[in-house]
Amino acid sequence: MQLVEGEKEVIIACVNEVLKEKEKTTENLIPILQNVQARLGYLPSLAMEMIAADLAVPAADVFGLATFYNQFRLSPPGKHQVKVCLGTACYMVGGKIALESFERRMEIREGETSVDRLYSLERVACVGCCTMAPVVVVDEVVEGKVTPTRVDGIMLALQENGDTKKSEMKTDLPDEGEGKNK
Amino acid sequence: MSNLTPLVSYEKLRSEAVLATNADAEKTRVLVGTATCGVAAGALQVKEDFIREIGAKGLDAEVIEVGCMGHCYAEPLAVIAKPGFPPICYGHLDNGLVHRLVEDFLAGDDPCYEYAMAALEPNDVFPTFAEFPRGVYEQKLILEQCGFIDARNIDSYLARDGYSALAQALEGEPQQVLAEIKQANLRGRGGAGFPAGLKWEACIKSGGEQIYVICNADEGDPGAFMDRSILESDPHLVLEGMILCAYAVGSGKGFLYIRAEYPRAVTHVQEAIDQARAKGLLGTKILGSDFSFDLEIFQGSGAFVCGEATALVNSMEGKMGMPESRPPRLAQKGYRGRPTVLNNVKTFAYVPLIIKNGADWFKAIGTPDSPGTAVFSLVGKVVNTGLVEVPMGTTLRQLIFDVGDGLPNGREFKAVQIGGPSGGCLPETALDVPIDFDSLQEAGAIMGSGGLVVMAQDDCMVAVARYFLEFTQHESCGKCTFCRLGTKQMLDILTDITQGKGDDQTLALLEELSEDVRDGSLCNLGRTAPNPVLTTLKYFRDEYEAHIKEGRCPALVCHDLILYYILPRKCSKLCNVCVGSCPTEAIFTREDGLKEINQEKCVKCDNCLKACPPEYTAVVKLSPPILPPEKERKN
Repeated sequence: MQLVEGEKEVIIACVNEVLKEKEKTTENLIPILQNVQARLGYLPSLAMEMIAADLAVPAADVFGLATFYNQFRLSPPGKHQVKVCLGTACYMVGGKIALESFERRMEIREGETSVDRLYSLERVACVGCCTMAPVVVVDEVVEGKVTPTRVDGIMLALQENGDTKKSEMKTDLPDEGEGKNK
Repeated sequence: MSNLTPLVSYEKLRSEAVLATNADAEKTRVLVGTATCGVAAGALQVKEDFIREIGAKGLDAEVIEVGCMGHCYAEPLAVIAKPGFPPICYGHLDNGLVHRLVEDFLAGDDPCYEYAMAALEPNDVFPTFAEFPRGVYEQKLILEQCGFIDARNIDSYLARDGYSALAQALEGEPQQVLAEIKQANLRGRGGAGFPAGLKWEACIKSGGEQIYVICNADEGDPGAFMDRSILESDPHLVLEGMILCAYAVGSGKGFLYIRAEYPRAVTHVQEAIDQARAKGLLGTKILGSDFSFDLEIFQGSGAFVCGEATALVNSMEGKMGMPESRPPRLAQKGYRGRPTVLNNVKTFAYVPLIIKNGADWFKAIGTPDSPGTAVFSLVGKVVNTGLVEVPMGTTLRQLIFDVGDGLPNGREFKAVQIGGPSGGCLPETALDVPIDFDSLQEAGAIMGSGGLVVMAQDDCMVAVARYFLEFTQHESCGKCTFCRLGTKQMLDILTDITQGKGDDQTLALLEELSEDVRDGSLCNLGRTAPNPVLTTLKYFRDEYEAHIKEGRCPALVCHDLILYYILPRKCSKLCNVCVGSCPTEAIFTREDGLKEINQEKCVKCDNCLKACPPEYTAVVKLSPPILPPEKERKN
């Protein structure tokens, strides 16, 4: 994903700060990555290269770790993060249907961020409230018993309480709908 | 403190804690369950509501956050302990009910029994949880305090004799702790059931100046959450168990490997470590003895395979979490090349109880070969979802139909999935299998992580097997060819079956592959990955055959094998609910006023079927996906 203006400086400053705090051993590699992600929201390739150089390990090793573990994400999170639970209980009662509905509405695939960085969509394994299945976590708020119509409601709410960029989106959406009908 | 014996130092701590907590006991207390499950159901809002309502009334009552009581089906939950009344638990709370409780019970004297779930102490007015049907079967050992103590305050644990087992043990020799655990035959609760005492002993035999103790809290099964619940609700119990283990094996340093996806558990455990250290229960010269031990949290980054011992250690050393061949076992060569004890959260949680009550007490519970209790997260199509703890030897039937109160809405039982992605699906005929490590293994499932999913007639076994395989395939670390490629091939075959593709060779090929993956993989992820497939093939072969031979999904689940259809003879021309419910505008009104689904646009989301009013129930699923003849559709 393309870096936006000023983002590069933020990344460099953040990574330098984290590297200063931690002892430079391979054992600390995962904690360092976790720390950077906690601050930036994701692991830009620039950050991984800086960390690799600083710890004197091949960049491929750092990239290997970042892709091996589910916790790390390589694309920036959207302004609104939607996590669809696909734990066993949610899967059985239609978690996948909710995921597909979000994919349809956001026009991105699971694991991606929309180009305008407004939305990101992820699947997670068990949020721990199986009684409310299927469960979706929208910006840290848990929504239970999510049906495709509820997905539409959630998307509408996200568009409404937003900034100017989102009001543009709002006018966009019905057009898309009509387009599909033709 | 240094010139006092551990017991004396401990008594001092305990009496201080009793004083501190008793000062609170005079007050009315509202205990809100705010473990992750509660928070998800809105417990934080409920807590705010209580604080606001109590503040508005100017009442002298304290609102405390506690953990999970295991009654997840009734979240958000709170217990109100008002002097003069037994502590009473209320479920399904919202701001209206909170308002009512504060006004009538806290300000007035009406406990609103009509909204109460149960009392927590035996009394003459209201039944307790023990008098629930599930109370007969449940026996809480490690979950006993969960949801009833303030997890973020060490005094709450100390006042209930917490850390007394440690003080008692420090008075004696380390060998006594080991002997007691061995005598109790405590088997590892991570799933495999290896005796903890033998593991510890092997570590001592390996010797050396540094032994590590690690708690495996990398709960990766997508349907299990008991380890998280214990860490969030009663972290000191696990810490005490780890300290006791460290004392027995002579370790000076330990780690808790907790998934980063469990932020609440990480916070609670970190607080618990800090508080224990401040009280001299952790760190140098614990309780004034010569024994020193400290703990640290390592946050796991989310990889199912890291639940495997060697993979976990690799990941702690900053490498990819790939398993190594064993031996050497961790007890010989583990973290940083040193002997390492690795046990599950639940295993450590039993340790203080065994030291406190003795091995014979523990062995009196459960079965001779699997003493103690088993903890399950009961989910799926069952009324009382939540965490349950029953003695080993309880049958699956008792667990599902008595403790779990059966299936909701009169659904018919089809199968139960035990042990998550490594476990198996058992049918009705296997329900009388007693729950213990060995019996479950014989039946083709495993105790595993303790996830227990109940499935009804409307669940497709092929889809379930495919779901678990999709999970293991994604989580396979890629080291062994059979696991890496075999699970992928199996997943492809299963995907084909859910689409109705395949021939009479397909199932034989699937079985052959399953056996190869099982035999050709290094670690238990690969070795057990075929279990969901093998057990469903064994018990539900007819469902597989229906998919392949007839292109039909008997449970009406597999998308490619069903279609949605509105029965003309049942559809009311006057109702428009289904049209409005369709997210893709696939439903339209025909010239004769009846509704019809445009199959090209339909995404099979199930909305119209749910939306169609119960007096019509005109929307049905058809499998195989063939529309009725034109003539029938006209009327």
